[in-house]
Amino acid sequence: MGERSLTFAQAINEAMHLAMEKDPEVLCYGLGVDDPKRIFGTTKGLQEAFGEERVFDMPTSENGMLGIGIGAALNDMKPVMVHQRLDFFLLAMDQLVNAAAKWFYMFGGQRSVPITIRLMLGRGWGQGPTHSQNLQAWFAHIPGLKVVMPATAADAKGLLLASIFDPNPVVFLEHRWLHHQEGNVPAGWQDDVLGKAKVLRTGTDITLVAISYQVVEALRAAEVLQSVGISAEVIDLRTVQPIDWATIEASIAKTGRVLALDTGALTCSVSAEIVARSAEKQFSLLKTAPARIAMPDFPEPTSYGLTKSFHPDARNIVTQACKMCCVTEIEKALNSLTVPEHHDVPGEWFKGPF
Amino acid sequence: MKTRNHLSHVGIAHEVNIISNGLIDIPMLQILSQDGVVHKEAVEPELDQETALKMYTTMQFTRVLDERMVAAQRQGRISFYLASTGEEGATVASAAALEPQDMIMSQYREQGSLAYRGYSTEQFMNQMFSNEKEPNKGRQMPIHYGAKELNFMTISSPLGTQIPQAAGYAYGQKMAGEPAVTICYFGEGAASEGDFHAGVNMAAVLNCPVIFFCRNNGYAISTPAEEQFAGDGIASRGIGYGVKTIRVDGNDVLGVYAATQKAREIALAENCPVLIEAMTYRLAAHSTSDDPTGYRSKEEEAKWQERDPIARMAKWLVSKGWLDEDANKKEVEQMRQEVLQELKRVEQVPICKIDELVTDVYAEVPPILQKQLSELKAHIKKYPEAYPKTAGRID
Repeated sequence: MGERSLTFAQAINEAMHLAMEKDPEVLCYGLGVDDPKRIFGTTKGLQEAFGEERVFDMPTSENGMLGIGIGAALNDMKPVMVHQRLDFFLLAMDQLVNAAAKWFYMFGGQRSVPITIRLMLGRGWGQGPTHSQNLQAWFAHIPGLKVVMPATAADAKGLLLASIFDPNPVVFLEHRWLHHQEGNVPAGWQDDVLGKAKVLRTGTDITLVAISYQVVEALRAAEVLQSVGISAEVIDLRTVQPIDWATIEASIAKTGRVLALDTGALTCSVSAEIVARSAEKQFSLLKTAPARIAMPDFPEPTSYGLTKSFHPDARNIVTQACKMCCVTEIEKALNSLTVPEHHDVPGEWFKGPF
Repeated sequence: MKTRNHLSHVGIAHEVNIISNGLIDIPMLQILSQDGVVHKEAVEPELDQETALKMYTTMQFTRVLDERMVAAQRQGRISFYLASTGEEGATVASAAALEPQDMIMSQYREQGSLAYRGYSTEQFMNQMFSNEKEPNKGRQMPIHYGAKELNFMTISSPLGTQIPQAAGYAYGQKMAGEPAVTICYFGEGAASEGDFHAGVNMAAVLNCPVIFFCRNNGYAISTPAEEQFAGDGIASRGIGYGVKTIRVDGNDVLGVYAATQKAREIALAENCPVLIEAMTYRLAAHSTSDDPTGYRSKEEEAKWQERDPIARMAKWLVSKGWLDEDANKKEVEQMRQEVLQELKRVEQVPICKIDELVTDVYAEVPPILQKQLSELKAHIKKYPEAYPKTAGRID
């Protein structure tokens, strides 16, 4: 199978088409799945190809919407619910935590809930406290849920297909700033597994464990770190529940240093879990204290000026990695990182709105 | 591009019109009078003697079970119980009007519906004692039944969650082209939850063949209906959501049977939801954790004792010449004996093996759960005297 360059959003759209072609029990629904913008293009062409019974808009109620999907899943369907804002989806926590995550267990394994919940999270100019939350740690805390956070276009496709056909309920988290990122994506069906991380760059001095958009920043940082003589290994976690400990531990065994990178708030984050686990299991192998970089523990402000430095980026990663590797000459490295004109948009091309 | 007009059905008025509560009259269907006589104007539903007697004895069984299990809870033999006294008519007669392939998503006071489907005394006991024979493997509170083979979904403690789920399940039934509907039971208290409003609205918009069956029993634990809502009960809400609605006397088995049969017919033929509000009364406490003497009067309860659905049906059965009262007395005595015997026997059945603690969290047991289980097993093996129920149950 050949590879083409697709955006992350196009890769998701391709996965949806493939899944719905393969299995007539796959449904796609949610607010605006059939509106002109088609959820950043991710649901483009689905209603035309598969009809209004399988691809449909919904009345506005997140809890009810998820309940409908759970009911359909209990009846052997494979629904893909889409919600453009993780923050608004919080109204559905009862259905998610008490029903989707528990039914298989509470019904003694007799009926499962094979639903996939696509939620968009992220950051960006003017988004503020209730349009920007990265709550992956909430979902990862619930036994029964799988939580997936792809960072590349190819993984967006492969992991979404794996999520839809996984027998467990899956929360599939898409960072808005990744939707426009391009990458090589294999054509046709793509087999992938949930719970397996990927080493995107090998290195020997420090392990950068990144999730979602932080993978982009980690790769930028690794390139610069190379120029100051630090060989960084970059792990894209891909799934935050379950976490692929084997890959992380093998890397730490090699480098002796771990820096966890999170898109969520620092306290009780996924990065906290990685730091805790490395300290518990590999203490004697560590050359320096494990560290993490995440968002501050206060809500993201709306004002453009106030968001400057709110989101840690490659510069913070380079600074922290140099500190952990006892490299003091970091100015040159930092200066070699290109700084975007606007700090809070995904790229120069961006004209908004989100 | 479609051109829509959401005013197409709206007329014009030239003065301020107040549309107030009570303007739409929603009467309560009653076929059988309180004295057990079919009203002259009413049409008696077609019921054969066998079905009628099955309904009657299922109601009796439910009451026997309730009495015995409340006592068992008081003796400390089970942790929790929730009786349905006074509401057996609503649950049993509605279940009787369904077909076996119809899905039941219940709240938690529908043991009558489950018993009608054929859930045995032994199954009731296994569930309440959460033992190894219970398919839910000791993971549900007592009375949170579930039986896949009987198309009875396991029960949710958080209120109202089953309402949108029932709509979604029915959506699947419609897509599969099955001649089946889903019935969703809930109380008038649960109808205050957001899930009720979202679920009923979505079922209407998505054309789901689901029967929403509300048992308006007057109380949500201690909260009386008058403190629950200011509108005309739950039926008025169905109309607001564009859902065909029936209000019925929940203690009149013939009324409930006829209403549910009609609702099923409409849901299936028209692919749409139907709402039934069954007006009844919770003669029991909410649960064994509740004592109603603190919030309602003996006089009020006595008034509803007179409307008992079982006694009412008995009068009708006698008038038809279908009930042999002596034989029935013996049958009820046998039920009591069976419940007692099964209680004593099932109490001794061991609980699930400890390995079941980590199964069914995910389709496959992940390594982290395997590890946590082995740590627990090692601990129990080290201190078996502290774990009398599980120490002998480790492989």
